[in-house]
Amino acid sequence: MADVDLIKSRLTAHPDFPKKGIVFLDIFPILREPSVFEALISHLEQHINSHTIALSPTKKVDVIVGLDARGFLLGPILALRLGAAFVPVRKAGKLPGQCIQASYEKEYGTDSFEMQADAIKPGQTVVVVDDLIATGGSAKAAGELVEKLGGKTLEYIFIIELLFLKASSKLNAPVYSIVQSED
Amino acid sequence: MADVDLIKSRLTAHPDFPKKGIVFLDIFPILREPSVFEALISHLEQHINSHTIALSPTKKVDVIVGLDARGFLLGPILALRLGAAFVPVRKVGKLPGQCIQASYEKEYGTDSFEMQADAIKPGQTVVVVDDLIATGGSAKAAGELVEKLGGKTLEYIFIIELLFLKASSKLDAPVYSIVQSED
Repeated sequence: MADVDLIKSRLTAHPDFPKKGIVFLDIFPILREPSVFEALISHLEQHINSHTIALSPTKKVDVIVGLDARGFLLGPILALRLGAAFVPVRKAGKLPGQCIQASYEKEYGTDSFEMQADAIKPGQTVVVVDDLIATGGSAKAAGELVEKLGGKTLEYIFIIELLFLKASSKLNAPVYSIVQSED
Repeated sequence: MADVDLIKSRLTAHPDFPKKGIVFLDIFPILREPSVFEALISHLEQHINSHTIALSPTKKVDVIVGLDARGFLLGPILALRLGAAFVPVRKVGKLPGQCIQASYEKEYGTDSFEMQADAIKPGQTVVVVDDLIATGGSAKAAGELVEKLGGKTLEYIFIIELLFLKASSKLDAPVYSIVQSED
């Protein structure tokens, strides 16, 4: 598909960043070109409208949840196009007001993500977005936060999926990604 | 103006967050309501088209610079509507590839922001966006990064400005804000 090739062509690989052995895939070159960024957003919007809403009992997406910080680049614009709410997931201590928490595994030890307790109402349908899914730990924590508030996660959507880390098997809803990496 | 009142009505004040003596103004309730978020984005887009582009020698805005992380909520969507590039400013170590740095004052000591060195070309016109301006330290550092790459900052745009901190006097371009706080 030409739009996927266009998006893929702008991803820039940075070996050994942030540390040796990791190849970092940078999405910011996509955002530097409005026509390519538009292709990315349109692709995701089209996917949601042609596939994801069918997974919803109400045939609509009520909430887009975006993971701090690169999920903030995609989430609000998708939410606006779909007429959905945008709700952030952030590291503990960043969000004001009453929050709920979910922990996730880091390389060494665990950490917590938070969501504001009044952000999602029971029964609302949710799509979780971020730029990339690796081990799936962050996505899983986000899914737990949605569930704690009574939301229903329809799908987890990413630009990039690192298939070899088999994250999708951990999650409580399907994963959709535009670009898949085998290694 | 009715749209400013609408936006203001959704801002939620949280006293003593993140610490005693600070009243945190939360913008996320705006993003939960698509019609209010649209009012916010439209207001900023209209401001840029009716006022900011007149400040540009080329009568256009080439780049929207957004500060990590709440600037990421507004910047990409504005950039897309204006046909401009979106360029992030992030804390040290988060952006891959060759980066330039600018330091800013924290409560205790200094810290640095980074921008990717190929993100802005000399002569490009730039608008810097974030959710709130307080002391102006972060905005000033962002302005320095733009200048180092030969960009021309036309304006600094925020949802909220804390007037009593007199940030605008520190900056190399005008400040526009939708909501001003006297205390």
